[in-house]
Amino acid sequence: MSEAWLVVAIVGAGTIALKSAGPVLLGGRALPPRVMAVLALLAPSLLAALIVTNTLGGDREIVLDARAAGLAAAVAALLLRAPLLVVVAAAAVVAAGVRALGWLA
Amino acid sequence: MATAGAPGTMGDGARAAAPLAVAVGLFGVAFGVLAADALGATAAVVFSATTFAGSAQFAAVSLLGTGGVAGAIVAALLLNSRYLPIGVSVAPSLPRPLWRRLLAAQLCVDESWAIAHQGGGRYDARVLVGAGIVLYLAWLAGTGLGLAGGELIGDPEDLGMDAAFPALFLALLAGQVHDRRGAAAAVLGGAVALALVPFAPAGVPIIAASVACLVGLRPGRA
Repeated sequence: MSEAWLVVAIVGAGTIALKSAGPVLLGGRALPPRVMAVLALLAPSLLAALIVTNTLGGDREIVLDARAAGLAAAVAALLLRAPLLVVVAAAAVVAAGVRALGWLA
Repeated sequence: MATAGAPGTMGDGARAAAPLAVAVGLFGVAFGVLAADALGATAAVVFSATTFAGSAQFAAVSLLGTGGVAGAIVAALLLNSRYLPIGVSVAPSLPRPLWRRLLAAQLCVDESWAIAHQGGGRYDARVLVGAGIVLYLAWLAGTGLGLAGGELIGDPEDLGMDAAFPALFLALLAGQVHDRRGAAAAVLGGAVALALVPFAPAGVPIIAASVACLVGLRPGRA
């Protein structure tokens, strides 16, 4: 097996296993209220982490680059109650513009 | 963002996911461009069809060149380790029998998961599946387009694609924060992730941020 296929097979099988583990092991059982109260906050916790790592994450360093300018544009668009595609496009356009101007590497 | 109380349909999920699918499709194009040389077309399509997780697939492909096979596998699985708690969170809401639960679980990605959240840790399985199918098709179609026409597109970073995803997650987060606990979990989760970025390999800061949901154990007003 080539290296490419080895990565595809193991990561693919591993991801399917990660996604399946909870639903298979728990079945459809209702969880205790305290557990539900915790899991209710999983979405904001993980989404915030995804925003931070995708905006400021580098190779084991915090990087301030055009992505941050793009995110600032997205915040502004959200505050103006723009539709989702406009929010995303604003981030991309501003990041591309800042990069093209050479302001933030 | 299904309304709490009223059960949603797969159509509701598909409609809610449509604007996100545009961004996911473009990200798929970028992945296809990158993977064409690193993986080859067949392996790249199989990767998108089975793993269906953009950030992990990007990490795997970029590390395959520099970090070797083991580095690529570990980084991608760490990035996807968040699907363990995510899977636990949706488990009580998924349909029977087992094969339907398993299929629905595979369609659970960051975006469909957030759309299907009705608040209070309850998820609408139909909305999840409808949104998941639309995002899955967009991801596969994008991957195919990128593989076929990569040289026409150029560097995705020149188009600001790398800034589009945090913006997408930000819009999803805005729909998730309804009260002070939600805001506290988001701030804490972001802070934990930021603090770990300089020290931990990619993926670890994200999974570690899930401790922020323990804010939910605090008694008091929701």
